[in-house]
Amino acid sequence: MPNTTLETATARAAPAPSAAARDVMIAARDICKGFNGLPVLRNVSLDLLRGEVVAVIGPSGSGKSTFLRCLNHLETIDSGHVAIEGETLATTNAAGLCSYVPEAQIRRIGRKMGMVFQSFNLFPHLTVLENVIEAPMVVKGMARADIVPKAEALLAKVGLLEKRDSYPARLSGGQKQRVAIARALAMEPDILLFDEPTSALDPELTGEVLRTMRELALEHMTMLVVTHEMGFAREVAHRVAFMDRGELIEIGPSAEFFAHPRHARTQAFLHNML
Amino acid sequence: MEYVFSLLGPLSQGALVTIKLFVITLALAVPLGLTLALLRVSRFRTLARLVGGYIWLMRGTPLMLQMLFIYFALPFVPVVGVRFDDFPAAVVAFALNYAAYFAEIFRAGIQSIDRGQYEGAKVLGLTYGQTMRRIVLPQIWPRILPPLSNETITLVKDTSLIYVLALNDLLRAARGIVQRDFTTTPFIVAACFYLVMTLVLTWGFQYLEKRYAKYDA
Repeated sequence: MPNTTLETATARAAPAPSAAARDVMIAARDICKGFNGLPVLRNVSLDLLRGEVVAVIGPSGSGKSTFLRCLNHLETIDSGHVAIEGETLATTNAAGLCSYVPEAQIRRIGRKMGMVFQSFNLFPHLTVLENVIEAPMVVKGMARADIVPKAEALLAKVGLLEKRDSYPARLSGGQKQRVAIARALAMEPDILLFDEPTSALDPELTGEVLRTMRELALEHMTMLVVTHEMGFAREVAHRVAFMDRGELIEIGPSAEFFAHPRHARTQAFLHNML
Repeated sequence: MEYVFSLLGPLSQGALVTIKLFVITLALAVPLGLTLALLRVSRFRTLARLVGGYIWLMRGTPLMLQMLFIYFALPFVPVVGVRFDDFPAAVVAFALNYAAYFAEIFRAGIQSIDRGQYEGAKVLGLTYGQTMRRIVLPQIWPRILPPLSNETITLVKDTSLIYVLALNDLLRAARGIVQRDFTTTPFIVAACFYLVMTLVLTWGFQYLEKRYAKYDA
């Protein structure tokens, strides 16, 4: 995709953590989306680089979750372009007609991304371990014996190996969310999308989830995180994007973003938050 | 008391017909109902609407009428004209009728599953079919067991309708003896037969509900 379509805010983006690996993992250009004629996203553009953690912040209803959901086809866009690791998912022609690639391709591209939801969306009829191994078995056709050790390693990583045979209903919110992260990781995605992963949690439980996410960031997992956790955005994210009323207002390296927000709306939002 | 024992033989014969109709109907109507429900919630609009019409037709007319139609009228309908014997005719009518009711129960179950379950499955790469089979359908059972048990118990009693095709089910057998012996005792014994059958079903469904309760907090 030509660089000229880059929005100025994106073009100013800071270099990725390792300047050597500048692969664009997610390229979103001029995404527009409306619900029943009401615009929710207006020309949102964002590049996510390999190994990068970008936090998307903004008031409720600013479209940040919708933007995230447009990237993995949970929502369809009205116009714009989405490419994942260089592969086009959706594009819009000169006449303004938006088209998606065929269903099978959408699914294949979608598998490059894992997603963690605000409401966890664990499968209640499956145990913790079964939740983690379900997709590798059903989607990738892996044998149970092959995936179980890996799933156990992932559960150990999120600190929940002893809960492997529990049903989700028996877990706390923080535990559920960590299982959801392990479940997403079991599919070995290149990118993880987080949709307000701690917003449904009691304050004392957010820490354990954020800690897991921080560990992933240290392992250079590419992450796009819609969040209200300013601490996480400041300390873990490489870049922070601010969205308001369906627009991406500004994006920049997190230290700079918090120290010198450029846009008046960003300043007002941060002033209210901090 | 001796008289009551003498009734057990002939009434058991009738009960066997009742049970046979019940089991075959259930075995056909549950999968058919599930199929109808899946079509009804599918994105194939025309098919979904057709199924809606079918359910309206089957629930909107008496089962007895449907049975009489299949036995007496269907052989004369052009193109589809099939002649069923009395028992198969009853089975077909019962299966088609009950499938419509079961379809609605299944549909309610499917639609009660949170959208997040579909999204969770989708982002993991599961297809719609895999999501239905592995994620959605296994979750509907505990929710639909109460209405399913209701409908199943109704089916036990509805089987008595097959007397119109001169089939000797439990109730017709009892009635025959009542008319022969001029005593209503056979009715009471038949009632006990029905109660035992529904009791077994009630227990069965209670067992299933308990089994599925394990993952509901």
